[in-house]
Amino acid sequence: MQLLFVGVGLLLASGLVCLMLSRRPRAVAIVGPAGAVAAALLGIVPALRVVGGEILPPVQWAWSVPYGSLTLALDGLSAWFLIPVLVVGGLAAIYGARYLGSYARYKALGPPWFFYNVLMASMIVLVLARNGMLFLVAWELMSLASFFLVMFEAEQESVRRAGWIYLVATHLGTAFLLALFVLLGQQAGSLDFALFGKTGWVGGRAGLLFLLAIIGFGTKAGFMPMHVWLPEAHPAAPSHVSAVMSGVMIKMGIYGIVRTLTFLGSPAAWWGWVLIAIGLTSGLLGVLFALAQHDLKRLLAYHSVENIGIIALGLGVGILGQVCGSPVLALLGFGGGLLHVLNHALFKALLFLGAGAVAHGAGTRDLDRLGGLLRRMPVTGVTFVIGAAAICGLPPLNGFVSEFLVYAGALHGIASLPVSVMLSLLAVVPGLALIGGLAVACFTKAFGIVFLGEPRTPEAAGAHEVDLSMRLPLVLLAAGCVGVGLLAPLVVGMMAPMLAAVSGVDATATGESLAGIRSLLGQVAASAVLLLAVIAFLAACRRRLLAGRPVTSAPTWDCGYAAPTARMQYTASSIAQPLIRLFDVFLRSRLDLSAPRGYFPQDASLHTDTPDVFQEHLFQPTLRAGGRLLAGLHWLQHGHVQVYVLYIALALLAALVWKLG
Amino acid sequence: MQAVVSIIHWLVALALAPLLLGIIGRTKAFFAGRTGSPFLQPYHDLRKLLGKGAVYSHTTTWVFRAAPMVGLGAVFVASGMVPFGGSPAVIEFPADLILVVYLLGLLRFATVLGALDTGSSFEGMGASREVQFSALAEPVLLLALATLGRQTGSYSLSTIFVDIAEHLSIHAGPAMLMGAVALLVVFLVENARIPVDDPNTHLELTMIHEVMVLDYSGPDFAFVLYGAALKLWVLGALLVGLVIPVHVGIRLIDSLLFVLGMFALAFLVGVIESCMARLRLLRVPQMLIAAGAFAIFALVLVLRQT
Repeated sequence: MQLLFVGVGLLLASGLVCLMLSRRPRAVAIVGPAGAVAAALLGIVPALRVVGGEILPPVQWAWSVPYGSLTLALDGLSAWFLIPVLVVGGLAAIYGARYLGSYARYKALGPPWFFYNVLMASMIVLVLARNGMLFLVAWELMSLASFFLVMFEAEQESVRRAGWIYLVATHLGTAFLLALFVLLGQQAGSLDFALFGKTGWVGGRAGLLFLLAIIGFGTKAGFMPMHVWLPEAHPAAPSHVSAVMSGVMIKMGIYGIVRTLTFLGSPAAWWGWVLIAIGLTSGLLGVLFALAQHDLKRLLAYHSVENIGIIALGLGVGILGQVCGSPVLALLGFGGGLLHVLNHALFKALLFLGAGAVAHGAGTRDLDRLGGLLRRMPVTGVTFVIGAAAICGLPPLNGFVSEFLVYAGALHGIASLPVSVMLSLLAVVPGLALIGGLAVACFTKAFGIVFLGEPRTPEAAGAHEVDLSMRLPLVLLAAGCVGVGLLAPLVVGMMAPMLAAVSGVDATATGESLAGIRSLLGQVAASAVLLLAVIAFLAACRRRLLAGRPVTSAPTWDCGYAAPTARMQYTASSIAQPLIRLFDVFLRSRLDLSAPRGYFPQDASLHTDTPDVFQEHLFQPTLRAGGRLLAGLHWLQHGHVQVYVLYIALALLAALVWKLG
Repeated sequence: MQAVVSIIHWLVALALAPLLLGIIGRTKAFFAGRTGSPFLQPYHDLRKLLGKGAVYSHTTTWVFRAAPMVGLGAVFVASGMVPFGGSPAVIEFPADLILVVYLLGLLRFATVLGALDTGSSFEGMGASREVQFSALAEPVLLLALATLGRQTGSYSLSTIFVDIAEHLSIHAGPAMLMGAVALLVVFLVENARIPVDDPNTHLELTMIHEVMVLDYSGPDFAFVLYGAALKLWVLGALLVGLVIPVHVGIRLIDSLLFVLGMFALAFLVGVIESCMARLRLLRVPQMLIAAGAFAIFALVLVLRQT
């Protein structure tokens, strides 16, 4: 624990130093990341020890804030969420040092590093906090720090717009959290987490609290339809910040939901159904909207919505397991969902950093202006394809393992549970399969168009590989994806204490069921090793066969057409078009087509645009109506100081009357 | 003992997979009134390709060269996981059907990236169609398998197909039949056969799978061809295991029965290819949705029994 406090102190101190040194970009680019990396290295020690089974006593200090106490503790659940915070936060900081360097000529780098380190510190405190007040303070700090990071390039109108959408959305979410904690504290008599858990919550009240948590935390996590800020804010932020926001920060919403579940005791079946419904909607619509995007980072942002949906599916399956008293189902569901938290942090951070490298190396994120980057950026390309395969849930990488656990849970339930409980699980299996199939479509498109084929523009042709300090985090994250995939039984074994606490299954039953799950994963890992061995064998065969034979090079076969150009290649839009048309009911893509006309057509153009349906048809109309309604109160605002003094006096008078009466 | 039998079965599957292509070709030739190529033609093709050098496009990178190996590796492992009729597979564990489906997903991922690596519009078109149809076929496949899992109370492919004979009653018949129809559609779509794709067409614009591998040659193309044959076997084995769930009890006869079933399936594919035209591409999703409806009906019937 002390190491973590030192880490938080280092983060804040280095952040302040960055602010003070703002005029000297070189120094800032060393101090800021150094603080983050040092904090990550210090913090990872206690986090790993707790995940390994060690129990640390909570720490408590007095705090003069009403209802607040500085109670901090590190249990299995906190440690599990702390690991991605530290790993991704540290690696993204190394990457950011060079990435932000390219802005040094015209921007002060002190503030972004200050806010980056505050963001990391606030997330550490958030998972450690055991008091509602402290938790909310950390939550707000996290939201504000990330808001300022999103606004880094505030001179662009689109970035300002994204920033404001984010600020409004996150505070709407926080409003629900305030209500949640007030209700929790009202009944428990204190805002300490320890007392929340001891209060017996009954039916309706518990359900209300659950819904508040889903909306409040779900806004941060990016559940549909509260996700609208996500595809705006993530692309606007600098890439290493997008990696932290998408890989880690939105997981704090999941952490909040899981933590609240531990307060509420035994759940009701409909909680599981709600989570499964949210998971399927977020997963499917997330991947469909991703498919329709042309901007690499916006595409990745929608995929975060999809993956949050998969996590929600896992949690829903776990809750159903709890409800029908099936430890295997509960462990498979929660295990899959929580493992996906780590996995998504690894591959999404990798992909966002890769997208940043593409933007840095080729100067654009527009898919249809890229192409052929694999030759020019070999390391970025290899790591990106590993991340892409992992996010599609393909074996032998980590994404497969967590999705496999959720699938196994659903299939276990389908095979053994009574019909009434199992119907919702039936939706999980084809739902996840469709999500997986569409994810393959989306990432073959993203990787294929950006990295393969011929460069479509001179910028893409002139792209260059990024520096070593930016490549290193990519390689380490890719290694993490492979490692977790192959060492899955070990990783899931480490989750045991946390899973026992979250699922409410007693330790012995957890141990037995987990042993089964681990042996299952052992067989999956063995198959993965077999797969790699077969591929290696085939590679050796091919080398042997081709040795000494003529291996020549020729142009791509293009149906005999003699002069193909790079612009004739299939584009991202054309690859996605059939699927987008098929799901147009949900997507409502706008098509701007001027078709070729006459016998000698001169020019033709096609432009497609897929704005967010929920933003266009749900939030904007509602907010606009609200704005019009509130505009009716304009007459209260005159700008005369006397009138405002009168308001104050009247308000005081009213308060006095209310108090006396 | 069982392990040895399973390994022998796997080897037989690996050896016989290309023969299915030969049977399909011969059947089509018969319907067209031609003599056709010999049954063993696919083996000759493979041998010839393995003996050749290779030509690569200037545009391609290592992705293009790695794709056939990754794809064949994936489908090779998958072939070790499907039961041989009523006899368990070499690799079996609960929920192994997920791994099989995702290994086929890896094959697709590799093939599609290999196609996009050439930078050719034609291969891009094939890739676009492949990912579209497979994304729709995957849920149908899993739903059908989940139905079988519910029927047999297990969720490992080997257990499902070993137990399915015991769970077959007159009541289960219609459900299993509908499941089989769904599986047949998935089988045709995933293996790029008529009415979805015509492997023999000579117009790149209309093809799906064949167009994605246009630029392969030599040993790489041999890997691609053999991978396609194995995929035909893997998905076919699921269908045949469901349609011929009879177990005599004598291993040799059961195995022979299963192999004959696979041949019959190949013959059926040949018949379908001879009697039907290719559907318009826009119609394919509708066919898959219909298959999905069949799978759902099968499920409802299975649920009604319990």
